Amino acid sequence: MPIAKKDLEKLLQGNFPEAQIKVVALVADDNHYSVEIIDKIFAGKTRVQQHKMVNIALKEILGDVLHAMQLKTSAS
Amino acid sequence: MSNILEKIQETVSTNDVVLFMKGNKDFPQCGFSAAVSHVLKTLEVNFTDIDVLRDPEIRQGIKDFSDWPTIPQLYVKGEFIGGCDIIKEMFQSGELQELFKSKNIIS
Repeated sequence: MPIAKKDLEKLLQGNFPEAQIKVVALVADDNHYSVEIIDKIFAGKTRVQQHKMVNIALKEILGDVLHAMQLKTSAS
Repeated sequence: MSNILEKIQETVSTNDVVLFMKGNKDFPQCGFSAAVSHVLKTLEVNFTDIDVLRDPEIRQGIKDFSDWPTIPQLYVKGEFIGGCDIIKEMFQSGELQELFKSKNIIS
């Protein structure tokens, strides 16, 4: 049960409305993505905290619908 | 269950650098674990490797302990530093070297 790139983008943008989001498909299987999120709400948070915020946003699909995600977050 | 969390707490408290990984430092059994293990070796960091594949209780327990869904997981002086993406990013930016220096793990 993979997820299309545009659906993943929509889901992320919905959770991080102010963010600049870049999604790249690593393999053309709708299942492996590289995600980069730049959002000022990450300011002052550790990388672990930032990634946890993204994981929570994607809780419903991580590991099930979405098999593998490479993640990079930053505040600016 | 609480027993395994206590065991993990003790492991990360009594060892300066601990890597929970799939396989061990000599024979990693997953590309992500291999990548982090390689970074630590490159920095000449002495670390304790815990093979989660050998113990299903630890494999699940470490995810509950850190509230982090994936393996590998790196701990330095009891603190969870990150998984593969974070460690690679910190290594590339030089932050990881700084962290080990500030904790007196490398000079």
